[in-house]
Amino acid sequence: MTASPRDRADAPPRLALSQISKSFPGVKANEDISLSVRAGEIHAVLGENGAGKSTLVKIIYGVQQADGGSIAWNGETVSIPSPKAARRLGIGMVFQHFSLFDAMTVIENIALGLDEAVDRDELKARVAKVLESYSLPLDPEREVHTLSVGERQRIEIVRCLLQKPKLLIMDEPTSVLTPQEVDRLFETLRQIAAQGCSILYISHKLHEIKALCDTATILRGGRVVGTCDPKVETTRRMAELMIGSELRSIEGAHGGTAGMARLAVSDLSMPGEPPFGTHLKEISFEARAGEILGIAGVAGNGQAELLTALSGERLAASPQMIMLDGKPVATTGAGERRAAGLACVPEERNGHAAVPDFSLAENAILTARYRLPLAPQGFIRLGAVKRFAQAVIGRFDVRTTGPAAPARALSGGNLQKFIMGREIGQEPGVLVVSQPTWGVDAGAAAAIRQALVDLAAKGSAVVVISQDLDELLELADRLCVINEGRLTPPRAVADLKIEEIGLMMGGIHGQPEGAAAHA
Amino acid sequence: MSDAILVSIIMTLVASSTPILLAALGELVVEKSGVLNLGVEGMMLCGAVAGFAVAFSTGSIALGLVASVLAGIATAMVFAVLTLSLTANQVATGLALTIFGIGTSSLIGAGFVGKTIERLGPVFPAALSEHPWLRALFGHDIVVYLSLALVLGVSWFLSRTRPGLILRAVGENDASAHAIGYPVIAIRYAAVAFGGALAGLGGAYFSLALTPMWADRLTAGRGWIALALVVFSAWKPGRLLLGAYLFGAVMTFELQAKAAGISWIAPEVLAMAPYLATIAVLTMMSLGRKTGRLDAPACLGKPFSAP
Ligand SMILES: Nc1ncnc2c1ncn2[C@@H]1O[C@H](COP(=O)(O)OP(=O)(O)OP(=O)(O)O)[C@@H](O)[C@H]1O
Ligand SMILES: [Mg+2]
Repeated sequence: MTASPRDRADAPPRLALSQISKSFPGVKANEDISLSVRAGEIHAVLGENGAGKSTLVKIIYGVQQADGGSIAWNGETVSIPSPKAARRLGIGMVFQHFSLFDAMTVIENIALGLDEAVDRDELKARVAKVLESYSLPLDPEREVHTLSVGERQRIEIVRCLLQKPKLLIMDEPTSVLTPQEVDRLFETLRQIAAQGCSILYISHKLHEIKALCDTATILRGGRVVGTCDPKVETTRRMAELMIGSELRSIEGAHGGTAGMARLAVSDLSMPGEPPFGTHLKEISFEARAGEILGIAGVAGNGQAELLTALSGERLAASPQMIMLDGKPVATTGAGERRAAGLACVPEERNGHAAVPDFSLAENAILTARYRLPLAPQGFIRLGAVKRFAQAVIGRFDVRTTGPAAPARALSGGNLQKFIMGREIGQEPGVLVVSQPTWGVDAGAAAAIRQALVDLAAKGSAVVVISQDLDELLELADRLCVINEGRLTPPRAVADLKIEEIGLMMGGIHGQPEGAAAHA
Repeated sequence: MSDAILVSIIMTLVASSTPILLAALGELVVEKSGVLNLGVEGMMLCGAVAGFAVAFSTGSIALGLVASVLAGIATAMVFAVLTLSLTANQVATGLALTIFGIGTSSLIGAGFVGKTIERLGPVFPAALSEHPWLRALFGHDIVVYLSLALVLGVSWFLSRTRPGLILRAVGENDASAHAIGYPVIAIRYAAVAFGGALAGLGGAYFSLALTPMWADRLTAGRGWIALALVVFSAWKPGRLLLGAYLFGAVMTFELQAKAAGISWIAPEVLAMAPYLATIAVLTMMSLGRKTGRLDAPACLGKPFSAP
């Protein structure tokens, strides 16, 4: 590495935390955490779900106040009472849970992220410049509720970049990006770091951390359990440091002896939700008993629409378009489909897959009552509900205070584990999941993937919609790609090269059997 | 029908719409910030009695108007402290505020029942409104012009200014607004105070302009109409204006019909007409739009406490 400002040993660190502590009722989220970040350094914070990473960076960004400890900025002790104060120091942050306003436009959302009033036209020009120089596609006039998760995240990133930060905090920024998008983001981040900006980077994807970061601090149960150089450490070793025990590998994947079709979709077309939804065009596929079918694709190419069409939130034109175990269901509602054995998990956990203000037990009733005797004749059996929620918590190692905890109090990954557990625990005949391990730590992701494999092995058909190619290649027996609302015919994963899929996802179709052939 | 009669109908229409428009406009801003204050009727009554008491005692209508605004704010602050600082349930607190307002206004107004004052007069010199049609333009009192200016002002504030954007953001997603660093509670306090001020002024319009005489429960449920109008106008100031004037128009028509002794419509049906017509028209305007759920501020009525 060439001599750059970051190598000057005499300069005080850009950010130094000492003995930061923070408790919530019932949990010590942070305990005596110390770490320092030099100018221009890309510093990873690793840890399991619920280890306290988000809490720590929220304290740095002034969203939450530490109970104890101190923060030094360029060698001077500072207090950061609010995000505004943080931004004045030059700290920017991309949140794990976006702080966006659904009913407002992209440009309004960006304006809200700035501290000073900027003339609308000037702001537009500045945003356009940032979008172009980092080649991020985003339409400033669209309303946020019409955007995919990936696009929403770009708003957050642009918000930060506009402020020319000295320290950029990124809480799981790549969860929803495609490999190509991740590569581009990394180029951007390296470019920013080379200009002297420090980056605090949280991710569960250890190979990303290896590729990007200079140093890693590892948290477990709210404490620092070690630091390492991710460039030399193996990902497996880092994962084991994180979870404090050995990592299990997935057993029995690709062992699928596929049986008969349990879910058959034929010629499913559906107009997108106006004004910006993707139209589904003649989607056909079969998911067979005992197999995992992967659906890859860049965010916003119809995944959300496909999921709502399958779940029954939106009904198709003719009943035969979706057949479940030989019965037409395309025009029946979500509840009936669940009762018949078709379970769906959307990518958005808070607000779509779970009600944030409901307890875990109540959230369990919402979907599980169709298949489990939790509310026969409409009367809720509290004991059974609690036992079911408790069983999910136990089986998937959800870190929480118990079935009575409100969904919103769980860390992102832990809520995901609970939701996945709730659906898998009902043993549905067909399970459709979108981004099953989004934001889930390495240990828990392995557990969820194993559970999906086990479910398939028991004779269910599993459909995994994901942007994480590594995950799909690890899990799926067959793979298709969704692109602008069209689905390619599935191909056996064994025959596919990762570059081929990456190109198909990006919409650059090199092959005749790719999506372009149908256009 | 002569011009003079038509113009006098217009004058009645405008006058009877104005208090509803004011109160609804205030509540619109409150709701845009994510707070549901059902106590509009109570705040109106407090404003009405304070305005009347001060105007009667000092002989100055202007002072009465100022007092009504202050009384509206004071009543709204009771609500704000309970719901925003102490995170009490907004629906329950709002209902309680209405009962509180009814009681307080009866208590203070007890000594004034049947007393009269000089009514709030037109703002422009009489010479301007000699011709009947000019009177329809220039014959109104100051509060009417103020209410119309406020419709424009609120509309501009919410859609064109940064503070307005922030206010909407707070009502749309309080957690995000807090995460970015906006003072959610302080902004909601300000909105609730604004709502109180306009409700108070709207109430005083009854006691100082419409019927310059004190009577118990003078506002006769108009606060509830204002609340409903906010919803039916889809939180848009322009439609609010339309709704309020439509309500006033049908109400004026109802009064005319009664006065003319029309008997082939049951008086009960006539009495229902303003409500039905307003709801029907505003609902029809929102038909066929799929984004209906996005009109309501997403955090409406939800308590917020900083984590
Ligand atoms: N507002 C809150 N109220 C109560 N408990 C909280 C709150 N925020 C976080 N916690 C708890 O603090 C702990 C740390 O949570 P945090 O969100 O920092 O985890 P994390 O490391 O970011 O996890 P993930 O990888 O899943 O995002 C968890 O046990 C979580 O349940
Ligand atoms: Mg987190």
